[in-house]
Amino acid sequence: MASLSFSSSVSSSTPFLRPSAFFLKPRSISRLPLVRAKIREIFMPALSSTMTEGKIVSWVKSEGDVLSKGEAVVVVESDKADMDVETFYDGILAAIVVNDGETAPVGAPIGLLAETEDEVAEAKAKAAAQSSSAPSAAAPKVEESAPVATKAEAPAPAVAAAPATPGKVVATPYAKKLAKQHKVDINKLVGTGPFGRITPEDVEKAAGITPAPKANVVAPAAPAASAATSAASPAKAATSFPEIPGSNVVPFTTMQAAVSKNMVESLSVPTFRVGYPISTDALDALYEKVKPKGVTMTALLAKAAAMALVQHPVVNATCKDGKSFTYNSSINIAVAVAINGGLITPVLQDADKLDLYLLSQKWKELVEKARAKQLQPQEYNSGTFTLSNLGMFGVDRFDAILPPGQGAIMAVGASKPTVVADKDGFFSVKNKMLVNVTADHRVIYGADLAAFLQTFSKIIENPESLTM
Amino acid sequence: MQASVSPLSTPLPPQFTTRSNSNLRLCGLRKEAFGFRSVSQFQNRGSHWTSVVSRKPRRRRQLVFSASATVADNGSVPLTTFDYDLVIIGAGVGGHGAALHAVEKGLKTAIIEGDIMGGTCVNRGCVPSKALLAVSGRMRELQDEHHMKALGLQIAAAAYDRQAVADHANNLASKIRGNLTNSLKALGVDILTGFGTIVGPQKVKYGKVGLSDNVVTAKDIIIATGSVPFVPKGIEVDGKTVITSDHALKLEFIPDWIAIVGSGYIGLEFSDVYTALGSEVTFIEALDQLMPGFDPEIGKLAQRVLINPRKIDYHTGVFASKITPAKDGKPVIIELIDAKTKEPKDTVEVDAALIATGRAPFTKGLGLENINVETQRGFVPVDERMRVIDADGNLVPHLYCIGDANGKLMLAHAASAQGISVVEQLTGKDHVLNHLSIPAACFTHPEISMVGLTEPQAREKAEREGFEISIAKTSFKANTKALAENEGEGLAKLIYRPDNGEILGVHIFGMHAADLIHEASNAIALGTRVQDIKFAVHAHPTLSEVLDELYKLAKVNPHATKPLNEPVAV
Repeated sequence: MASLSFSSSVSSSTPFLRPSAFFLKPRSISRLPLVRAKIREIFMPALSSTMTEGKIVSWVKSEGDVLSKGEAVVVVESDKADMDVETFYDGILAAIVVNDGETAPVGAPIGLLAETEDEVAEAKAKAAAQSSSAPSAAAPKVEESAPVATKAEAPAPAVAAAPATPGKVVATPYAKKLAKQHKVDINKLVGTGPFGRITPEDVEKAAGITPAPKANVVAPAAPAASAATSAASPAKAATSFPEIPGSNVVPFTTMQAAVSKNMVESLSVPTFRVGYPISTDALDALYEKVKPKGVTMTALLAKAAAMALVQHPVVNATCKDGKSFTYNSSINIAVAVAINGGLITPVLQDADKLDLYLLSQKWKELVEKARAKQLQPQEYNSGTFTLSNLGMFGVDRFDAILPPGQGAIMAVGASKPTVVADKDGFFSVKNKMLVNVTADHRVIYGADLAAFLQTFSKIIENPESLTM
Repeated sequence: MQASVSPLSTPLPPQFTTRSNSNLRLCGLRKEAFGFRSVSQFQNRGSHWTSVVSRKPRRRRQLVFSASATVADNGSVPLTTFDYDLVIIGAGVGGHGAALHAVEKGLKTAIIEGDIMGGTCVNRGCVPSKALLAVSGRMRELQDEHHMKALGLQIAAAAYDRQAVADHANNLASKIRGNLTNSLKALGVDILTGFGTIVGPQKVKYGKVGLSDNVVTAKDIIIATGSVPFVPKGIEVDGKTVITSDHALKLEFIPDWIAIVGSGYIGLEFSDVYTALGSEVTFIEALDQLMPGFDPEIGKLAQRVLINPRKIDYHTGVFASKITPAKDGKPVIIELIDAKTKEPKDTVEVDAALIATGRAPFTKGLGLENINVETQRGFVPVDERMRVIDADGNLVPHLYCIGDANGKLMLAHAASAQGISVVEQLTGKDHVLNHLSIPAACFTHPEISMVGLTEPQAREKAEREGFEISIAKTSFKANTKALAENEGEGLAKLIYRPDNGEILGVHIFGMHAADLIHEASNAIALGTRVQDIKFAVHAHPTLSEVLDELYKLAKVNPHATKPLNEPVAV
């Protein structure tokens, strides 16, 4: 099980200002060395490079509880998973700064840990000061800047490129300086810069400080133009809708917020759709046969899609920069799953290479993890192609939105008995399902998608190859 | 034979005429930053021994003449007529300085340039780099919120346009090049275009590659061909991501992260430019400390001001054994080995690498083999009067070498001073240049300047020769003008002999240090002693009072004080 660790610093009245570290694992145990500080802050960890704030699901411990290192203290909700934050230190949970259900920016203090009874009062006073100035944990304190290092030990799959020297941590000179200054452990950061290097921004983010403005390079553009745009932009921000009496505002969960963000982002991609009717009699027959062995329809469809993608690599490609094709080396089928009021896409990695039975088993594990909110980032964000199936609701066709970062998504409707006429004019009743693929037209063109669907339908209509 | 006819007395103490080892180290440092290059490529057209043999009788006559010339006053009509009195190969700052002085002394002078007028300094060195540093200094100031606030200024975010900055540097180079060319033309110096090659004594051919050569004769010849950036082996310079100062000065791109190999003058100045324009810098230095060659105390302070607070880190005690330019989607990769054990130590991945490991003399194709001269690591061997020494250790008559090509002190103004010294000798006045009076400066913000010996060098010399030295130091924080400018960071240091008041060295780190040093370098050049100069008056409030303070702090044994000149009533 991959764990996420982060260190946090300590703000204390003593001259010692040391980073403490909290290990973060989905419901698991860990610990770290002792640091000579009296009152330590527990910080909102960064669970991914995109995470900017986190929500406290619940405090496992209450104020006044005695903690021993390795114990879970608080559960934090990230984009897609809940994580336990565990203490590396023995001590007393002196104060909770950010309460259950509240959110805090990454790096902001969420609680205080006192080393002994004596410091509890002091910590409480401190907490009071903090929460009064920042009700639901606003900006991190600058003067006692709050260093937090984050790292997904499992490599974040989305990160662009790795350093040319494998296993080497590459950080820019200023990043190293900042890390030292803010006591951020550079080895625990994931670089987002070119070639996977750790940039000053990464450190600042980990330390929870606002990035300093960079030296400005300007094109010799008319300054008036830029002034005009900056003046114009705030104007369009606030659109107000008429208020309907009795309405109830429920803030997004972190997962819902992530979905919302992704959906808005998807608008920047020029997509188009191609539908295709596929006869499923043979597939249904096969399904009946393999069902007792634990094979699910999802696995069958994922396997079929993966096999078709092998023959049409462009449909498995993505357009990252608007200038090039990114051909993915593996075929990872993400499957959309509705879960706990949210949506998550567990990924069947290398679906073309695994056999049907392994794939089914893998899928079962993923779904269980998803329900328990224990999916690791690479288990939900490494997809190269997405499958969405609403057939079980009786939906006969629908249109899926292409998730950012992928080239195509397949929407599968229900298989229904349909009257069909063959080329000789004979009527018959066959099970047919409609699949509808949404694709990014920058890289995938109509003929590509049509050819892919043709291959896919051949596989579904002659499904024996799926079991091989 | 030649040596025997020049029994001229040396006007300076012997220690000034031969440079000690420690001085050579100083040279080595200076090599890195300055110096100039005038000819980018010589054509070596093979040997011209036949012509040399055929001229043998004339050669003998010339030797006779040269002997008489040193005895009789120069200007006696030579026995042979030459096309020119003086031909200078290379129109850099050294050649230019020599030419101007030669004309002043009435010599008929020609200058041969095969590349571009002005040489390295004007085109690829001091001049364009000063333009970039002028920009970086302002950028740095405008970005320093704290500084601006302290002055009560409010500035919106400072920004720059790379191309316009590059144009400024380029325009400056063109302008200075134009001025230099015009000054030569106006004085009647003939500019001969092409690569110059010595084909025999007092005889030079020149011409463009592939075109017919012209041959000119000259009573005396000065080699002033300068230097080119030195690139250690294993380093692949592609001119895009792995570059030398030649490329960097064009400022074609500003990498996010650049490694600078070598932390001497060139490296330091470029780190100032790049960090001000937003790059991060990694220094790679073979020695155990950054900025080797500077006075250690100055170096320490400079590091505290110029390196530590900036976006700079460094690896010391390592060589860059291999540098591969960025390609195939990979960054620039630098392999480091331990400078002592040669064990692989680390690799560095950056966006660009600037090779600032010094400069190599540009002396290939000069035809030195035609006159039995062998270069030493490329440098033309010369004596203290810049007379070229041949392979047998004899002086080559009528042939001099100045500037980076001789490697004595690779600084543009040193080349020029050497050229002037040679012309003085040619026109009958013996002259030996005191290299210890030549100042050097590094135009970072703030600047670093020095003249004479560093403290360790002075201590070494003092021990060797059995005298005491004393040090006087003052901070820019004690200077009114510096405080008015809110630039109190700085140190000035005087190394002197308390027994006789001789100034051995002055080092300045602080605002306008490069301009301040001349009071000290002039004092050294003229032999002015501390106890004399301390009575000179400095305007108040000025930065030059920093030096005034130094002189006043110096404690010279009262018995050494020679009587001052009587004040002159005006």
